[in-house]
Amino acid sequence: MSGHEVDLVSRRSAIAGIGQTPYAKNLGRSELDLACEAIIAACDDAGFPVPEVDGIVSYHVEQVSEEALVHALGLDNCSFMARTTSGGGGAASVVGLAAIAVASGQAESVVAFRARNRSKGASYGADPNQGGRPWEKVGAGATDSKQWHHPFGVAAPAQEMALIARRHMHLFGTTAEQFGMQAVAQRFHASRNPHAIMREAITLDDWRNARMIADPIRLVDCSLENDGATAVLVTTPERARDLAQPVVTVLAQAMGAGPIHVSLADYFRRSSSFHDHDFAGRHIAKQVFARAGLTPADVDVAMIFDHFSMAVPLSLEQYGFCGIGAGGPMIESGATRWPAGGLPVNTHGGSNGEAFIHGVNHVPEAVRQLRATSTAQVEGAAVALVTGAITDPAGAVLLGRG
Amino acid sequence: MPADVPRPVPGPVEAPFWEWCARHELRLPRCADCATFRFPPRPRCHVCRSAAYTWEPVAGTGTVASYTVISPPVLPAFADRVPYNAVVVELDEGPFLVSNLLDVANEDLATGMRVEVTFVDVADGFALHQFRPVVTTEAAT
Repeated sequence: MSGHEVDLVSRRSAIAGIGQTPYAKNLGRSELDLACEAIIAACDDAGFPVPEVDGIVSYHVEQVSEEALVHALGLDNCSFMARTTSGGGGAASVVGLAAIAVASGQAESVVAFRARNRSKGASYGADPNQGGRPWEKVGAGATDSKQWHHPFGVAAPAQEMALIARRHMHLFGTTAEQFGMQAVAQRFHASRNPHAIMREAITLDDWRNARMIADPIRLVDCSLENDGATAVLVTTPERARDLAQPVVTVLAQAMGAGPIHVSLADYFRRSSSFHDHDFAGRHIAKQVFARAGLTPADVDVAMIFDHFSMAVPLSLEQYGFCGIGAGGPMIESGATRWPAGGLPVNTHGGSNGEAFIHGVNHVPEAVRQLRATSTAQVEGAAVALVTGAITDPAGAVLLGRG
Repeated sequence: MPADVPRPVPGPVEAPFWEWCARHELRLPRCADCATFRFPPRPRCHVCRSAAYTWEPVAGTGTVASYTVISPPVLPAFADRVPYNAVVVELDEGPFLVSNLLDVANEDLATGMRVEVTFVDVADGFALHQFRPVVTTEAAT
């Protein structure tokens, strides 16, 4: 049994501060420098003294070490450190882990962050776990799960995701244009966001004319390659009420195992129908909504991990916003497009519009929605969902106003 | 097939797969206790947790579960082949494999196509399993 009947985490922590660096193609700065700026910004946003931070939650493949941050920021009180799992799957779980630490009293005030220096000419790490541009890092030999992909010319996430997207099209009649409509909606959202890298909206014709990367995925369906860092400060609800910003409560968090796109043989074995009960998203959705005492109908705005636009309809299905296989038509209906849609998704512009901070930049946007300060504000937004990648072992958090 | 295709560097559990490929035979690990095929190869059966397995031949026939046509940027070894296909094949015995489909134009790729395995020698002691269409009227499953 998974213990959620004795849930000690839900509604026992709050996001008190959000911070970010500029997002750009090339900032020419180290990831440590960027992480420090974002963390200080999150603390300043909350009116919280940096030296009182006593916990650090890092992203699975983060290159900035906890030790480096402690020394750079003087975090001598640090008493909790943890990392998420499975790359983009853990994007929302940086908040989930911080909430677990705060609710269980292991730390009072935890920063969760992601820093990336990813521009092509910059000092992005050679560590294969960094992801980077995989096709530029492959040596002569393919180890581990790579031996089942690389000899066949499948080495980039877009290529793996294309095979998952095509399966969905085959089973449900989803169209590439429906993926494109989400890309277009997010670029519209980005056009309103002064922090976004891509400030020009695009049309569906622009999507049709965009270069094909791996059919059915086109360039504008893909997340951006950029530099930047994002951080949030998670603390107790009591402390949050004494700080500078309106309180945003972590209503619930959940994580789930499941297949990962870097091993497509496993992915298809477990999820070739998208109906399987052990598909991570279904498992997470069931738990996160149960823990919060909410249903998908209660969600006003969603930040969905969107390494590629196809991930949005697949996630909407798994999280219960529509039936399995109905994600494409839901996108086509305009449901995810602000302002008219019933469930605006990635109102900051998402990973193809604002920036790709590995999905962590979606957390501050959920907070802005609940503070009513988004540049694509959903009127009266009270509940927001933030998810990790649907194609990985993953996690999600539900956030609430007040 | 260019000789600089990334060459598998298998661990001990995976090595027999590639050794059988080099002999142009598709074999997969199969649980010696519950008969479940195990692919990718793993030290334990995901159904019954048994450590015991044998390398069993499979028919080499299956169905295209998914496909893509890949454009740049690509691995250097594939630069001369763009745009090229990659497929996920569902073997008739159940497991899925990533591979490429030979003898089919990109515009003729389709899910549900019946395919069979063939082997292409890349370098000494290194052959890759590839697939080609089954030339019959057998219905896709």
